[in-house]
Amino acid sequence: MNNTKMISRFSLFKRMVLFAIIISMLCTMLSACSSSGDDEDTATVGENGVVYVYNYGDYVDPDVVDMFEEETGIKVIYDTFDTNEEMYPIISSSSVKYDVVGAGDYMVEKMIQNDLLSEINHDNVPNFKYASEMCLEFAEGYDPGNVYSMPYTWGTVGILYNSRNIPDGEITLWSDLWKDKYYDDIMMMDSLRDGLMIPLKILGCSCNTSNEDEISKAADKLIEQKELVYKYATDAIRDLLLNESANIGVIYSGEAIYCQEDDEDMHYVLPEEGSNIWFDTWTIPKVAENKENAEKWINFMYRPDIALKTYEYLHYGTPNVEAEKMIAELYPEDFENPALFPDESLIAKCETYHYLGKETDAIYNKYWKKFKAS
Amino acid sequence: MNKKALSAPYVIWIIGGTLIPLALMLYYGLTDGEGSFTLSNILAIGEPGHLKALLTALLLAAVSTLICFLLAFPIAVLLRRVKRAKGLIIFLFLLPMWMNFLLRTMAWQVLLEKGGVINSIISWLGFEKLRLINTPGAVIMGMVYDFLPFMLLPINNAVSKIALSTTEAAYDLGASEMQVVFKVVLPLSVPGIVSGITMVFVPALTTFVISNMLGGGKIYLIGNIIEQEFTVGDNWNLGAGLSIVMMVFILISMLFIAKFDKDVEEDLAI
Repeated sequence: MNNTKMISRFSLFKRMVLFAIIISMLCTMLSACSSSGDDEDTATVGENGVVYVYNYGDYVDPDVVDMFEEETGIKVIYDTFDTNEEMYPIISSSSVKYDVVGAGDYMVEKMIQNDLLSEINHDNVPNFKYASEMCLEFAEGYDPGNVYSMPYTWGTVGILYNSRNIPDGEITLWSDLWKDKYYDDIMMMDSLRDGLMIPLKILGCSCNTSNEDEISKAADKLIEQKELVYKYATDAIRDLLLNESANIGVIYSGEAIYCQEDDEDMHYVLPEEGSNIWFDTWTIPKVAENKENAEKWINFMYRPDIALKTYEYLHYGTPNVEAEKMIAELYPEDFENPALFPDESLIAKCETYHYLGKETDAIYNKYWKKFKAS
Repeated sequence: MNKKALSAPYVIWIIGGTLIPLALMLYYGLTDGEGSFTLSNILAIGEPGHLKALLTALLLAAVSTLICFLLAFPIAVLLRRVKRAKGLIIFLFLLPMWMNFLLRTMAWQVLLEKGGVINSIISWLGFEKLRLINTPGAVIMGMVYDFLPFMLLPINNAVSKIALSTTEAAYDLGASEMQVVFKVVLPLSVPGIVSGITMVFVPALTTFVISNMLGGGKIYLIGNIIEQEFTVGDNWNLGAGLSIVMMVFILISMLFIAKFDKDVEEDLAI
């Protein structure tokens, strides 16, 4: 009797130890997750601290990062995401405290509305004086006064076609992509906003409409076109154009340049109905712990020679007027290319995407899904 | 005590890897954006778009499972008689699995695109290029290619376990070759077939990667809808709700299969 009681007490003790071990392991697991950033901090801090950058992959010239580290003594930790939608929950949950985040125009709007961004101290970014008039105007649409964001690159969405197989000048409009003769030769964007922007522009609507009727008509138009389409894709479009799997593709201007470097018969068109012009910007989240370093980073990016290097690396539009002047001198032929410097009258017809709010988002989502599942 | 201590890592694993995620999914699936209880995310499966994607997924998964079975069973029966290089043959079937499955699916893209390997050969021979990729056929092809080993292994295990004396007895009693295969080998390998079917059907039903890569964004399965809700749609609640429906679906089909399995075993026992 005594004996068994001892055993059971003993096993109870062991059970408690086991329980304690499990709890402590869970705790260390959790704390390891949440403090991994801090660990890195102490391990790899530069002499003037550190800046955590969160941006698209391969979107800053590695040389530029090295130069920044060398000149400022600030260690750059560069994390990447594939889409803004993937970035947003990371920032909104502040699970990682990034100092400077690359965000698209509509995402800037959403982050401002949800109070996730911190005001940029313009005194710390003197180079912002080089920002071009055009960029400042479009910025009024998503971040009036550039309080929370500063453009990094810009570009348009257009059509790239292979002029060996499609006569030059045959495609000038979005609605050309609805022609039967291009059966199985068209590649469209597999992304909600870009996908619906095209039929909305054909219908003469704004690509930021919240009118359900217009969105529904746009989706119907996409359904009508589906049979002609070879593939809906995003990144794959450029490769498939180059290997001539299809001859026409909707593409971002920067990707178009990439194709043209490989194959000069690729012609870019900014369609006459108007299109989307987009800006990728630098923002500073509210939770940033190295705000001044973040501002140094943005200021560095606005230095004309760095903006030029960025242009040479990415071939996206630069918001920097001084850099633009250098480009005009160094690469005059670039000004002839509508993928790099589109006609001003066409730019005037372009719109940036706006963050539409949860309700309108749901409408877009509903009709996009209707089209995709058709 | 020792046993309990040994089980600790698995307990943690199950709590962290199964129970917590499952609870989170149930939470998201049964609430709306504001956090109040709702069944609408579950009932959303009845919407035409969702229903169509579910039916397409069921159809493609069923066809691929059938094709996998039709490929795997005869091989298993043939391998039963092979004595020498059996291990090598099985090894060769499994070899592709050493490569990442995304890479293997991408390889199919390279083969099937209009500017790809197969069509280049076709046009070099002077024929019209074929529309191979971005079709339901291409998606089925990808599913079969990726999941065949999961069908082959359990069926092969089951078939090779059937004692040679069993089939010899059947021959002695006058059964023809066909009768032996269909009346002896097939019923005896049902447990292997059942696990093969589950292991192919379930991943095929829920895949979104294969349909994305080989369907060209034109083939929309229920897995794609769920993925879109989590990524582009930013509606985790709906995504989780539909995932719960899928889990229930899979659970029901597994119960059904398990029951079938048991019935057959009882029959055989008699």
